[in-house]
Amino acid sequence: MKKLLSVFLACLMVLSLAACTVGGKGGNASNGKVKVGFIFLHDENSTYDLNFINAAKEACEKAGVEYVLKTNIPEGQECYEAACELADSGCNIVFADSFGHEDYLIEAAKEYKNVEFCHATGTKAHTENLPNYHNAFASIYEGRYLAGVAAGMKLNEMIANGEITPEQAKIGYVGAYTYAEVISGYTSFFLGARSECPTATMEVTFTGSWYDETAEKEGAVKLINNGCVLISQHADSMGAPTACENNNIPDVSYNGSTESVAPNTFIISSRINWVPYFSLCIDSVKNGNKIPTDYTGTIETGSVVLTDLGKIAPAEGTAAKLEEVKKEIQSGQRKIFDTSTFTVGGAPVTSYMADVDTDPAYEGDHEVISNGAFNESSDGFRSAPYFDLRIDGITLLDESY
Amino acid sequence: MNKKEPLFHIVKRDVLPWYKSWGIRAAAIVAALIVCGIITTITTGLNPFKVYGSFIQGAFGSGRKVWITMQNMSILLIISLALTPAFKMRFWNIGGEGQVLVGALATAACMITLGDKIPNVLLILIMTVSAILAGSIWGLIPAIFKAKWNTNETLSTLMMNYIATQLVAFFTIVWEVPKGSFTVGIINQSTNAGWLPQLFGSKYLLPIVIALLTTISMFIYLKYSKHGYEISVVGESEKTAKYVGMKTEKIIIRTMLLSGGLCGLAGLLLVGGINHTITTTINSGQGFTAVMVSWLAKFNPITMIFTSFLIIFLERGAGEISTNFGLNQSFADILTGIILFFIIGCEFFISYRIVGRKKGDK
Repeated sequence: MKKLLSVFLACLMVLSLAACTVGGKGGNASNGKVKVGFIFLHDENSTYDLNFINAAKEACEKAGVEYVLKTNIPEGQECYEAACELADSGCNIVFADSFGHEDYLIEAAKEYKNVEFCHATGTKAHTENLPNYHNAFASIYEGRYLAGVAAGMKLNEMIANGEITPEQAKIGYVGAYTYAEVISGYTSFFLGARSECPTATMEVTFTGSWYDETAEKEGAVKLINNGCVLISQHADSMGAPTACENNNIPDVSYNGSTESVAPNTFIISSRINWVPYFSLCIDSVKNGNKIPTDYTGTIETGSVVLTDLGKIAPAEGTAAKLEEVKKEIQSGQRKIFDTSTFTVGGAPVTSYMADVDTDPAYEGDHEVISNGAFNESSDGFRSAPYFDLRIDGITLLDESY
Repeated sequence: MNKKEPLFHIVKRDVLPWYKSWGIRAAAIVAALIVCGIITTITTGLNPFKVYGSFIQGAFGSGRKVWITMQNMSILLIISLALTPAFKMRFWNIGGEGQVLVGALATAACMITLGDKIPNVLLILIMTVSAILAGSIWGLIPAIFKAKWNTNETLSTLMMNYIATQLVAFFTIVWEVPKGSFTVGIINQSTNAGWLPQLFGSKYLLPIVIALLTTISMFIYLKYSKHGYEISVVGESEKTAKYVGMKTEKIIIRTMLLSGGLCGLAGLLLVGGINHTITTTINSGQGFTAVMVSWLAKFNPITMIFTSFLIIFLERGAGEISTNFGLNQSFADILTGIILFFIIGCEFFISYRIVGRKKGDK
């Protein structure tokens, strides 16, 4: 018995010794060394988080700074604790990737005034007035629009080949929630498609989850059975691309290429590249500059990117057309939410108050129509999308989420 | 020639003295650590001692980490204590998850609808009452069915969990900000209305104190009160209880009210004291983990302090491993699984011993 006890005690001592070697505080904010802490909702198995994780590693390794990745942090007090732990361990930038992290990151930002807190997809930085709390997003609607152009060209090809009539050019879209980010995404995608194929219409279904492979697959199948001839998505699993491959329906995906699961039907995918933003934050802290309160990455900054086109499905000439449209967007010649290209309830939109300053009553507070366009993610507003108009030509099949 | 005796057979042990049974448990942990070490080295090439060090680091690495570990432990302990009287009565309440969730939902409802409209003291009082009441009702429904019609409580308590989850999902959509985000966010972030008070300026102390008080009360209730005695008699045999004139229906219902009510209290702490929001996953499955905590402790409230500590220690350590070594959380889960397997498995060797074939026997 004694022997057993001594063995146990010996083990315990070795363990505590090991504990000491692993510990050790990281660099302090004041000594010029930069250390970045990242908080992710899930791990690399989610396409959404993987996109952030890859960018985090790339940006930090390029800048040669130390970094810590914390995965599987829920949208609750755990996020606050994780942010505080990162700050305690000497991080001078703390980043979180999920919308629901925002409030908890703000709580941490109030406490650690010397640490910069950056949050993707959040909406509150411009109203919180905390100098060390920042939001970031990207004008991904431009990427969606371009992906939509590729989709429109595919529809045109199908019409030209006699596979469908112009009236049958119906797109299906699998969305997560009736959230502004999703609405902005599917609307810009649809406008891109309709700029090429004027008879295009769209049906949207919602799954009530950002990641639910079964629901996304079932949603896509439902749309296909409804007569949709092309599918796109704003949800994070391979559900919709798989359903498309099984039914031989062309597919435009999101967050990265899905060609591996849908080689015959994959057209293109748009995604946000977070490396430019991360690099900007690291450089700002290194050089003592301010990180912008709201940062909207664009095509120019390299934040909005398209994947390579699929090998089989895309229509001929898509690559050249995309280059052309991209140039028009960059020069400002083509506006995504040009009010002359869509109507709401049969009438053009001349004025709209969007809910830019988040409040529980969803009250509109900013006029966002000017110069003949809806100003999405613009300077002076906020980086996260707020386009939530229900434009004509798009039918929502369900709105329970 | 005589028929061969089997190589070994299993014999029930007499009750072991405490130091022997704890010795076996310690040996199990050591054996588990060795197996974990071998698996770590084979699969990842890391030094297992560094990985173990990380485990300890995760739970105790800084003052804040110690507090968080104790806070998480307190919540798990309260839920485990809540389930215990039901288990002692052989009423398999696996609806802890749902009972905590409705308690959490009731708390959030009060904070959202009454925040800033009434004085904070009154609001917290209403929150407390409604959380406990909601949890009790969630426990009461299966209890009535069991008491009156002898339905299977394992199924009914389990099914009540799903109803609770869907209710929370429904109200999340009602209260979401901004629209469509499926996120309620921190409730009353600017006014702190309905936030449970901090004890001595510490965010973490309140659940710890409540857990301690609950542990002591539950220990006394089960061991020394008439109710506690009745619970154990019903647990041993319902027929005996009826024979000696106990009203078993009343005891079942009363015990489940207590069980559900305590779960509701845990929900109150989760929303009012810790997270200040409501989500379907706010309890992260602790209603189920608590079943294991309670069983491992053989329904003894004092032992439960250690078993809930063990589970939280492993959980916190697992998170630290995935951060420090860039391993997937699943790897830490494998290690946790191995350790739990040994700990649960060793209970067998405490109750039984293996006797080998004796040499020289005919």
